[in-house]
Amino acid sequence: MKLNEEEKAMHSGELGAPCRWAIEHMIQVGRFFDAPDLVPVTQAHIMADTESLGEAGVEFIEGLAAYPQHERQVRIPMITDPRGIDFCHYRRLGQTEQMASLERRTIDAFEAMGILMTNTCINYQTIMPPLRGEHLAFGDTGVVIYCNSVLGACSNFEGGPSALAAGLTGRTPRYGLHLDRNRRATRRYRVEFEPQHLADWGALGGIVGARVGSYWEVPVIEGIDSPPGSDEMKHMGAAMASYGSVPLFHVVGVTPEAATLDAVCDPSRLEAESVTHSDLEKFLARYDGKGEKVDVVVFSAPQLSLLEMQSLAELLDGRKVHRDTSLLAVTSPVVASDARRLGLVERIEASGSLVLEGMCFYQSYAREMAEANGWKRLMTNSVKLVNIIGGYGYQPTLSSMENCVASAIAGEVL
Amino acid sequence: METIELRCHLGVGPVVSGEALVTDDNFSARYDLDRIAGIFSRPQHKLAGQSYVGKIMVFNTAKGGVASAWMLHEMKLRGVAPKAILFNNVNPILAQGAALADMAMCDRFADGDVTRLIKTGDQVEVRPEQGLVTITRSSGRLCGGD
Repeated sequence: MKLNEEEKAMHSGELGAPCRWAIEHMIQVGRFFDAPDLVPVTQAHIMADTESLGEAGVEFIEGLAAYPQHERQVRIPMITDPRGIDFCHYRRLGQTEQMASLERRTIDAFEAMGILMTNTCINYQTIMPPLRGEHLAFGDTGVVIYCNSVLGACSNFEGGPSALAAGLTGRTPRYGLHLDRNRRATRRYRVEFEPQHLADWGALGGIVGARVGSYWEVPVIEGIDSPPGSDEMKHMGAAMASYGSVPLFHVVGVTPEAATLDAVCDPSRLEAESVTHSDLEKFLARYDGKGEKVDVVVFSAPQLSLLEMQSLAELLDGRKVHRDTSLLAVTSPVVASDARRLGLVERIEASGSLVLEGMCFYQSYAREMAEANGWKRLMTNSVKLVNIIGGYGYQPTLSSMENCVASAIAGEVL
Repeated sequence: METIELRCHLGVGPVVSGEALVTDDNFSARYDLDRIAGIFSRPQHKLAGQSYVGKIMVFNTAKGGVASAWMLHEMKLRGVAPKAILFNNVNPILAQGAALADMAMCDRFADGDVTRLIKTGDQVEVRPEQGLVTITRSSGRLCGGD
């Protein structure tokens, strides 16, 4: 892989051991994926919840953070994905002191490196939305697919170590979606129904993601004639990435690289597959549970936008959540702060619900929370969450936000 | 004894050898494993109940989110990890995770589907720097219709 003078200095250790580790890591990953060189990136975003870091990962980050200030400092703005803990509420959720302590150590180490603890997976809605063509090193598959697809930026899925390496060097190996040739559509789908709410948009993403099923394929979607909102694209993208490991999609006439179908593929060589209303019904039927007691209703994955918080407040006004059911609304610190100022948090919590900030449900020791609270049946409008949470021992039910709220009040799946 | 050489893309990690455990299923470090016990724990996985510790694992592809990049490192430090993982195609996350963990990982085999080329029980040597995987197999097994 070609290195310039500054990169060679990093590799020789002149700029300190953290930088040398970082560039060596990037050389290995770059060689694996045939990267010709490194591409400068403007921002890095790291997923490093302590559940996946474990003690070993925390020690690794602490090791980097122990170097002198000028060696450990990140070179570009670097922000964080949700943590595993909301320090105001972890005891109530059944999370332990040991979890909180691991979390505190991680935060201390990140802060020593100059990383901003934004604790969000909706940075594209709340912190600094990237521009078309901007090269990034973003973690969290939902963040990456949104920024690539909806904003036209360029990022691969950067796991924690690679995002850290990018932050320390300001670069990432040039492979995958940093190269225009890998952004052309290779699969084509025609949507034959109109999604009605966020869970439907997520389901569409889940159906397409499952059919594509590869990081190296790019779906283009036809049949969505007017641009849906940012939250709709957020749910669709997060679900597609979750079901198919897909990092980029195009929607003809909506996303920036696909003004027309011809702009992203040769239509005569790519036959369209239909996604029908019956596909949607079959997908939803996998996450049923009508009539069963609901233990916990979760709005999370991705974190809620301010507008989702408003919708939730309106649905909960003047109503009380059933005493045997918990309702959790998870959002970013930025949104939580605004929602508090605007009275939305108070309205949501007046129903007996809980607003959590800076975490995300599935990366917050979900299995331990289930055991501590006796939670089994989980209801949500997040398709990403229903895909993941079965692995943690929950029985997931998918429905609209409206029906999730109504079920939380009834104490059973309606 | 019969030896077979397989060419693949350049990988990451050290030269290792060991016994192969093969499936045409996919792999997620986060959702398929009991990482403490060192076994496949997701009931739907084709290797459910089997130990992966010290094995040369062979899968079709990698699944799972960004979090799994940390996990191979953590598994290896605890000594409850496979020696190497081979795929038909891996995603960036797990390749990044192997680079952090210094675990042998290769993919993109020239001779086709690696989950059919290697059999469970084969002795396998992996040379990631050369893109070379060598299988040693008793000739009796080859005659047996494998």
